[in-house]
Amino acid sequence: MFFLYVLVMAIVTYLIRMLPFTLVRKKITNIYVKSFLHYVPYAVLGAMTFPVAFYSTGNIYTAMAGLVVALILAFLNRSLLTVAVASCVTAYVCGLLI
Amino acid sequence: MENKRKLFFSGIKDGIPIALGYLSVSFAFAISALKNGISGPGAILISATNLTSAGQLAGIEIIAACGTLVEMAITQFVINLRYMLMSLSLSQKADSSFTLLDRLLVSFGITDEVFAVASLKHRIYPPYMYGLVFTPFLGWVLGTFLGAFAGEILPDSLKSALGLAIYGMFIAIIIPPARKESGVLLSICVAVAVSLLIYYAPFIKITEGFSIIICAVIGAAIAAFVKPVKEDE
Repeated sequence: MFFLYVLVMAIVTYLIRMLPFTLVRKKITNIYVKSFLHYVPYAVLGAMTFPVAFYSTGNIYTAMAGLVVALILAFLNRSLLTVAVASCVTAYVCGLLI
Repeated sequence: MENKRKLFFSGIKDGIPIALGYLSVSFAFAISALKNGISGPGAILISATNLTSAGQLAGIEIIAACGTLVEMAITQFVINLRYMLMSLSLSQKADSSFTLLDRLLVSFGITDEVFAVASLKHRIYPPYMYGLVFTPFLGWVLGTFLGAFAGEILPDSLKSALGLAIYGMFIAIIIPPARKESGVLLSICVAVAVSLLIYYAPFIKITEGFSIIICAVIGAAIAAFVKPVKEDE
């Protein structure tokens, strides 16, 4: 069953990337379709992060602390790596203190 | 021939910073995969065949929750829909020297970051794209391998803290554009609000995968309607 899951994931992901690059030559002109596609990744990542991330460390308080630090650093335009590491370190240190 | 080799290595070089970034993210992915009951080799297989962060994370959550294959297919479709736009955009820049086989191979490696770098070019050539895809792919698989291996030896306290890494990265991806574009901010706020509602409302029972789809479609649709993107963004 695991292989079936992976197969479905891989095929769907590949087709999405492959078909437009291989077949389509004309540009999308519909502004709403373009806009929808433009916003999809942000909406996806937002929905994937909240509220699941609250429970990602096994302790809601350490997760909250890490997420607050991540939000502040991201707001300050820090790199992906910096934000990710800082949120983990914060959660880890909070975990030691609790 | 000389020129082809030059192009290939220039792609390899441009791919190095992407690969370094991927090391840490795929490391975090492997940790999440182990936490969801997936084996180390299983995590590496997923990384080598999918090469996408958000889609893989959603995928292992569906596997852990024993979701249906239809749910898996639709979730991957919606989460990775953005690649369609990137792939489409890159197809406009592809040089006529691209053969069908080149297109079939290169398109496997179109990720957010590869797209970001490639789209800076006025025109893209096959050798360059092979190089640009190759190093990030290596970084992605190697990071997963290290995470799967280190995941076994790291103490639990550290492992649970690392579970936050991938979400920290997601936040770092969405917040800066949300500051600049009100439409992006709107799409995130709506999606998160719907996500919280689905998660906490006592009578709504929807699986994780479908919840992401519903949230994303509502958030992106409302933002597209309220704040349509102007020309060429």
